[in-house]
Amino acid sequence: MLLTLSGLTKRYPTGDLALKGVNLEVPKGQVMALIGPSGAGKSTLIRCVNRLVEPTSGSVVLDGTEITGLGAAALRRARRRMGMIFQEYALVERLTVMENVLSGRLGYVGFWSSWFRRFPRRDVEEAFRLLHRVGLDHMVDKRADALSGGQRQRVGIVRALMQDPQLLLVDEPTASLDPKTSRQIMRLILELCEERGLAAIINIHDVALAQQFARRIVGLRAGEIVFDGPATELTPEVLTTIYGEEDWSQTIRAVEEDEEEAVPA
Amino acid sequence: MSATAFDAAAAARAWRPPPLIASPLLRYAIYGGALLYALLAVGTLEVNWARAAEGLERGARFIAGFFPPDFVTKRHDIMEGLMESLTMTVVSTVIGVALSIPVAVGAARNLAPLPIYLFCRAIIAISRTFQEIIIAIVFVAMVGFGPLAGMLTLSFATIGFMAKLIAEDIEDIAEEQAEAVRATGASWFQLLAWGILPQVKPRLIGLSAYRLDINFRESAVLGLVGAGGIGDTLNTAFDRYEFDTAAAILIVIIAIVLAAEYSSSWIRRKVQ
Repeated sequence: MLLTLSGLTKRYPTGDLALKGVNLEVPKGQVMALIGPSGAGKSTLIRCVNRLVEPTSGSVVLDGTEITGLGAAALRRARRRMGMIFQEYALVERLTVMENVLSGRLGYVGFWSSWFRRFPRRDVEEAFRLLHRVGLDHMVDKRADALSGGQRQRVGIVRALMQDPQLLLVDEPTASLDPKTSRQIMRLILELCEERGLAAIINIHDVALAQQFARRIVGLRAGEIVFDGPATELTPEVLTTIYGEEDWSQTIRAVEEDEEEAVPA
Repeated sequence: MSATAFDAAAAARAWRPPPLIASPLLRYAIYGGALLYALLAVGTLEVNWARAAEGLERGARFIAGFFPPDFVTKRHDIMEGLMESLTMTVVSTVIGVALSIPVAVGAARNLAPLPIYLFCRAIIAISRTFQEIIIAIVFVAMVGFGPLAGMLTLSFATIGFMAKLIAEDIEDIAEEQAEAVRATGASWFQLLAWGILPQVKPRLIGLSAYRLDINFRESAVLGLVGAGGIGDTLNTAFDRYEFDTAAAILIVIIAIVLAAEYSSSWIRRKVQ
């Protein structure tokens, strides 16, 4: 197993119990979608993996390393192996595309090299290669805030890949994008995971999109895993368990053929 | 189904924007009290109109003494005072800004743990509580007359001013950009340099330029308590009743303040 979460619990200082003893295993190279209503704990879960949010109890093991017990320096080394992609891109707006991409290497270079932007030649080469791969090699010196949403998210993806990670933690990658761009971004993330043999946990609101792109789907509700199975097993009953009562017949693609067309109320 | 139709027109007619103070009694009490106080205050002022008329004439004579301004007789003293003021301004701004950055980081609640936060906020509070003149008097007593006292004063005042405003800017940053930098495995100093600095840099540069401008103006005042600079020269000119030289010095100060103000506002526009 690449990633093993056991008994992962997070209680915020406000008293809210965001995660209630989550157990989850992600094998090498598997892309997994994490779905669930707002406030179910999806963001908290992936942030507990790289400890941007400190878990209250339980353990996170990445490729044999127990993440939860690490000191500051060891945690930084562990974070290099987990690339993160954010909902609102989270690019440093006033830095250029290239600087944002190279910031993915911060865990590998010393402070003064990073201060003077003196990154190893092969890092810069890799940055150009990846920017070319996502079609942005002509925008290297543009400031990040001059880019469109889809372009920004591609820079965000490249930044995460620059870390040379084993695992991608992806938080609502398409929530701020239009439907077409959303699909392009999801496809890109999947292709890149496949090319590089990366595992990924993708938090996603859009059930249809999750089903289209991920083979394994995990449903989180109020801090507990209530579904874990292949995308094809996502039935209206399952969606009701995850999200609550609603007319799901139009949402689900795979089972649509077997189901009767719902009559509009 | 409700039996009566909803009358939007009537509701719109009855609607009033909510007043600042909800209770009408309290509202009129406050308005009435403020008006009464203003009337009583004006009533207690004692103005000696005869004395004021006399003073007007004296003021006119005083100002007439300024003309024509004399740049020439004391030009060496003026130049010396001016150079001293400019040096004091630049050195104290550089030192003050450099020292204010660590204080600002420590005074930002989203970066610093509570004890450090309170300590840095205390430095800011002390620096901002005392007016420059008071600090200058203390430093003059400590290090003697001259520009060193002025420089220390301005550096100290700069720390409070810059650190407070930069700390507030740091607290207002977009958290997710900093979070993304942390997620790459960046160290704490890399987080500052890559996640925080790009977000506060325009304000840092703009405020530094503004502070340079303030420090020059202050340096002209600090001379009055013996802390060196053009203010010293001005003070001497007044003490010797050389009003024409004093006028020349004032004109030089005004010209430099205007130049500093224009250039600092130009810099602030540019860095946005």
